[in-house]
Amino acid sequence: MISIVPRGSSSQLMFILAPIFAIFLTLFCGAIIFAFMGYNPFEALKIFFISPISNAYGLSELLVKATPLALIAVGLSFCFKNNIYNIGAEGQLTMGAIFGGGIGILFHDVNSFLILPMMIIAGGIGGALWASIPALLKIKFNTNEILTSLMLAYIALLILDYLVVGPWRDPDGFNFPKTRSFGESGRMPILFDGLRVHFGLIITLILLALSWFVYSKTMFGYQLKVSGYSPKAARFAGFNKNFLIFSAFAISGAFAGIAGIGEVSGPIGLLYRDISPNYGFTAIIVCFLGRLHPLGIIFASLIIALTYLGAEDAQLFLQIPASVGFVFQGLVLFFLLGTDLLVNFKLRLNTLNG
Amino acid sequence: MNPYLITIDKIFKRYPDVVANNNVSFNIRKGKIHALLGENGAGKSTIVKILYGLVTPDSGSILLNNLVIKFKTPSEARANGIGMVFQHFSLFESLTISENLILGLEEKISFKKLKEKAIEISKKYDLLLDLDSPISNLSAGEKQSVEIVRALLQEPKVLIMDEPTSVLTPIESEVLFKNLKKLTDEGKTILYITHKLDEVIKNCDEVTIMRNGNVITTCSAEGETKETLAIKMLGYRVNSPITDYNSINEEVLFQAIHLSKSFNDPFLTDLKNISFNVRQGEIFGIAGVAGNGQKELMELLTGENIANIQGKIIFENEEITKLSTKNRRKLSIGFVPEDRLGHSAVPELSLSENILLSQFLGNDFSKMGILDFKKIDLYTKDVIKKFNVKTPSEKVFAKNLSGGNLQKFVIGREVNSKPKLLIIFQPTWGVDTGAESFIRQSLIKLSKEGSSLIVISQDLDELIEITHHISVISNGILSKPLETKNLDIKKLGMMMGGSID
Repeated sequence: MISIVPRGSSSQLMFILAPIFAIFLTLFCGAIIFAFMGYNPFEALKIFFISPISNAYGLSELLVKATPLALIAVGLSFCFKNNIYNIGAEGQLTMGAIFGGGIGILFHDVNSFLILPMMIIAGGIGGALWASIPALLKIKFNTNEILTSLMLAYIALLILDYLVVGPWRDPDGFNFPKTRSFGESGRMPILFDGLRVHFGLIITLILLALSWFVYSKTMFGYQLKVSGYSPKAARFAGFNKNFLIFSAFAISGAFAGIAGIGEVSGPIGLLYRDISPNYGFTAIIVCFLGRLHPLGIIFASLIIALTYLGAEDAQLFLQIPASVGFVFQGLVLFFLLGTDLLVNFKLRLNTLNG
Repeated sequence: MNPYLITIDKIFKRYPDVVANNNVSFNIRKGKIHALLGENGAGKSTIVKILYGLVTPDSGSILLNNLVIKFKTPSEARANGIGMVFQHFSLFESLTISENLILGLEEKISFKKLKEKAIEISKKYDLLLDLDSPISNLSAGEKQSVEIVRALLQEPKVLIMDEPTSVLTPIESEVLFKNLKKLTDEGKTILYITHKLDEVIKNCDEVTIMRNGNVITTCSAEGETKETLAIKMLGYRVNSPITDYNSINEEVLFQAIHLSKSFNDPFLTDLKNISFNVRQGEIFGIAGVAGNGQKELMELLTGENIANIQGKIIFENEEITKLSTKNRRKLSIGFVPEDRLGHSAVPELSLSENILLSQFLGNDFSKMGILDFKKIDLYTKDVIKKFNVKTPSEKVFAKNLSGGNLQKFVIGREVNSKPKLLIIFQPTWGVDTGAESFIRQSLIKLSKEGSSLIVISQDLDELIEITHHISVISNGILSKPLETKNLDIKKLGMMMGGSID
């Protein structure tokens, strides 16, 4: 029999290894699923995880998908470090896209280098405003932010829906539920000719570095850390709990909003219903898989982005529904939660007579 | 053949930074109350935990009825007739007494039968309990009765009691000792852990004295006096307090005026009309049995819980009742709450990072919100050095330090900033004797340098050793201060038992 015994102190090695174990277990489990579906598991895994990134286009697509994931995830880590569970990043992303996209639509026929920065700033503000609603509700009424932030995500999606079929619908769009395209000045510059990877990647990398700096070098980051580890100690230190709740929400909202505007002003170029394939929710997995650390989040975002690409390829070449990508994301989270046990506990093999 | 019920032979147990039991040997006779006497950290708890199957010794053996026993779990110990009543109750507050009793039993038994048995036991020992009342309605003494009934339900031959009177009033203690006597008359054996000398003399038959992990002696309690026991326990002759009143300045630095607060919570004690003054350079002690409002008062004094306070707190002639913890600290008031892990220090952070928790006046640890780790490390090293904190470096996680070392660090952090007022709760709770005397000396030194201190402690010896005045808190009421040098211990004891006029 195997018994689970406490380690006494948590293992730093397992803290890093657990996500890697989780990824391997996911691959193993995925192989079994493919085998049951009647595919050669090695072939299927190759199509899923290797062929999508075997050329420059594939790599660029990987970065296109990883960009919003990493940006939202690092924003969320401000909340999660503080033990605040903002799971409404999808809504904050949508609001960012609406605020920034609104400016893009308003100035669709204006040429100015100011338009894109304005859109990005508006996107950040939109996300932050949307995130501040659950923050204020929590501060004022002690509501559960998990519920409020999640519900607000659906409200944001419905607002976008209303705008693209209603007031913001493209007048020349044959009644399709979409807005008109942004002008050239309202688009993220492309980094490489012929590929879709865009300037949003640079913004993401800058904000990742900035977040790392805030976490490790500033009083603000320190306060977030303390109040996450021990609210009592934070109270003893005299940190302003409400300020910390509000700012963590505002930062994560702003980052999600910028990710949103990055999507619509980058690859998409206009607003319509399905601007995000659940980036806001998937980023939660990215954040935990990356251990709330900017560097970890970079790796995690690449791996999860790959599940998006793999799902597309699997649909194309194996006729498997693209939702298999979500299955893999779910598996990663499932195994991560399982292997996390190893950080504080170890497995011990008991002999029969022991 | 060996005539003893239990023989403990050369038990050795080492923890990472301390030898808790250094070849401990002693014998326990059947049908006696055997006291295990020693200060906090002497190794008493370790040896009984080994006996009860909670801790495995590194070497040595224990004989029960001439058979070598090696319990791996407490349930094995219970199956072999050893029961234990812990100092900290392990009861479910929201369940009833009978529900708690049945949870503790290993054998399957019907509620009806259990109640019959419980009633039988409680009648026999005058432990009057309403079996259907929830634990949260009970006083500390009644809760202990529940624990005792629970232990007796298993029909133990040996009952270990870990500092049972620390939560009891003198009257409740009397009842307890009467019952212990009854139990020994029936042939049961009691191992009684304590650090209170008079209990040993009044109520115990034999006594084993421990100090620093060693057994000093085992002897009959008869013929011992408090003084002889104290000398053996402490290793030196206890002197009457030599508190120095010269450092006190007549200026009143701190005043609590008619402080009251109702919590409307059965788990908390309402504070009733608390007033006291602290002068410059004075160490003001607040004594009392745990759970009489100390925690609640501490949170008022630190500013951690300032909602709905009645009354005023005055510091340097200004009202600070509504000031937050941070703003109180800015006025040069330092705090050390009771709980090291998770309150006064964050276990998952390094010592350097823990320094930042308490931002005292005039530090330059951060500029424009950006931390200056060089300065922080320098200050941390200074605290480590001055307060004799044993640690490999300032980068070690707080959780890796022993209790005594972490406490020295936490107190050093506050003392090193030379606060005008230091408010400290249980300064030497659960620390080894070395750290204890070091901490007490550094508090006395701080007062001589002109700082004032408020020390809330359950440890009377500690208060007698370091304070100038002592008030007693009982059921949320604070007594008038007594001068420590002319302390009437009897009166103090009565007040702790609840008779505050």
